[in-house]
Amino acid sequence: MIRLSAQVHGWLLLLPAMVLLAAFTHYPAAATLLHSFFSTPKGERPAVWVGLDNYQGMVEDPVFWQALTNNLWFALGTIPVSIGLAMLMAVWVNGKLAGRGFLRMAYFTPTVLPMIAVANIWLFFYTPTYGLLEQVTGAFGLPSHNWLGTQNTVLGCLIVVTIWKEAGFFMIFYLAALQAIPPALAEAAAIEGAGRWYFFRRVVFPLLMPTTLFVLINAVINSFRLVEHIIVMTKGGPDNASALLLYYIYEVGFKFWDSAYASTLTVVLLAILASAAIAQFVFLEKRTHYQ
Amino acid sequence: MSAIRLQEVTKAWGEARAVDSVSFETAAGRFAVLLGPSGCGKSTTLRLIAGLEQVTAGRVLIAGQDVTSLAPAARRISMVFQSYALFPHLSVAENILFGLKVRGVPAAEQEKRLKRVADLLGIAKLLERKPSQISGGQQQRVALGRAIIAEASVCLMDEPLSNLDAQLRHEMRREIRSLQQELGMTMIYVTHDQTEAMSMADQVVLMKEGRIIQNASPAELYARPVSAFAARFIGTPPMNVVSLPSITGEGLLLGIRPEHIRLDDGRNKGKGVAAQVDAVEYLGADSLVTCRVGAEILTVRLPGQVELKRSSEARLAWDPEAVHLFDAASGLRVERETHTVVLTT
Ligand SMILES: Nc1ncnc2c1ncn2[C@@H]1O[C@H](COP(=O)(O)OP(=O)(O)OP(=O)(O)O)[C@@H](O)[C@H]1O
Ligand SMILES: [Mg+2]
Repeated sequence: MIRLSAQVHGWLLLLPAMVLLAAFTHYPAAATLLHSFFSTPKGERPAVWVGLDNYQGMVEDPVFWQALTNNLWFALGTIPVSIGLAMLMAVWVNGKLAGRGFLRMAYFTPTVLPMIAVANIWLFFYTPTYGLLEQVTGAFGLPSHNWLGTQNTVLGCLIVVTIWKEAGFFMIFYLAALQAIPPALAEAAAIEGAGRWYFFRRVVFPLLMPTTLFVLINAVINSFRLVEHIIVMTKGGPDNASALLLYYIYEVGFKFWDSAYASTLTVVLLAILASAAIAQFVFLEKRTHYQ
Repeated sequence: MSAIRLQEVTKAWGEARAVDSVSFETAAGRFAVLLGPSGCGKSTTLRLIAGLEQVTAGRVLIAGQDVTSLAPAARRISMVFQSYALFPHLSVAENILFGLKVRGVPAAEQEKRLKRVADLLGIAKLLERKPSQISGGQQQRVALGRAIIAEASVCLMDEPLSNLDAQLRHEMRREIRSLQQELGMTMIYVTHDQTEAMSMADQVVLMKEGRIIQNASPAELYARPVSAFAARFIGTPPMNVVSLPSITGEGLLLGIRPEHIRLDDGRNKGKGVAAQVDAVEYLGADSLVTCRVGAEILTVRLPGQVELKRSSEARLAWDPEAVHLFDAASGLRVERETHTVVLTT
């Protein structure tokens, strides 16, 4: 009797969180999957079951493939560099350094700024003729270049913005992990004659592995999730050269109002993210030390 | 030539002097203990010897060589940390071999030394485990192993036993001592536990507020403490240092160890010091009796179990040779011979 009421109590306490989770996470995910098998309702015409037609259409859609390829390059360009940079900055800022409090804050600032504001700042940097980048290259007598308006530089420009934004954020995690490493380890290593690099390689880097795994998953998810800076800076252009998957979903869903196809693309996006997370856990678990 | 020598070593952080012109030396193969209350600068002194902190003033010499400005690795020392500082992601074997790998010792040699050290410390079965998978006492042994495998002639230890339970601490005390003698290492060992210091050391350096109070053998420290502070720090329970002008005259403190006080059975009435029993604490082999003499409290250590009631009267007696005298103002030792006061016995 008492056990039963305790059980009921427990479930009641869980209820608000469960309702929110179900209403805003689980239901939309399930509904998305369902919608991807129906046609888009238009005016009088209700949605009808179309089976895998939407997926068929997707496979034949060149813009989808371009967005996916762009996204892969974008992920490859941003993830290793921003993680490496974050680790480097964290190790540097963690040391005995004058004004390190200021440095930590400076590195973290990009993360605090809203992405729209960040995108606007960088938009100015990249502006043709009078943008900051143009003025610098112009001073060296280099020819003028429309950085965001050219197909083969636009993705690179977005990658730089993203690295700038993410590295500071990831650095905070590395900094926290570094602070959790007892200073006595460094002292013990110093007495044994280990240099800074040896100590980093043999001790610090392995001890940071759990953080790296966490950051890596976040970085992968972020690389498929960032959309604001594209909306502000390029709108996916020129000629879809900077369209990433999520931006394409946004276009299909809210510009072309093709909700069924948008659902189909979303299912693909979710599948990519889920498999990335699973793969990382499975492969990195073995080589990761958890204390 | 002394293995370790400190000359007027000072370490200051801002105004505060953690170590204040400390000088002492230790001969090769000796076991020296830095002893003192919490915050007296023991760890800082040890870290200055190791090179983990830079001296503000003074010189540190190891084996006759001035190492004051050398990096820790160049000082050819080994060290055991209070927290053990084992690398949590490396196996026991890799932890022990860490230093040899850094120095590029050949693999065959590593293997040989690892086997010897593991056998010596009885951890041969644990070599593949991670530090989190072994007990505190075993971690302690691994830390010791990492320190002795380098075969450095000087070993520094900072409260290596403070995380262990009483039983294990006792065991490890003997083990460390015999290890040190077997390997002929020069040891500087930090502790705030006087029992540990007395039972292990050849030489005890007693510190207080960054300064050395007394640097002597355990026997000397017990028999002739140089000040009331040193007297109160050594012994279980420590020496009674009380103000009894009726016995010593004005301006002096009387020091008498609990184990040197007898209880007069009243046959020779009128002798001894009248006291009132406050409490009796039975410890097995002996009992501690807390007595009140005037406003002062004295602890008496008597063999076996004693039948004494609370608030009963007792008479305390002791031999004149057992008495220590200290200057009431400075706390410094006053020699009995130079003093003419007749002591009650
Ligand atoms: N990095 C530091 N900065 C400033 N003051 C310090 C620093 N390290 C130690 N001190 C001070 O120096 C004094 C001596 O410290 P130390 O650690 O040597 O004491 P200890 O004798 O080892 O004490 P314990 O038995 O508690 O370990 C203390 O007052 C401490 O506050
Ligand atoms: Mg200490």
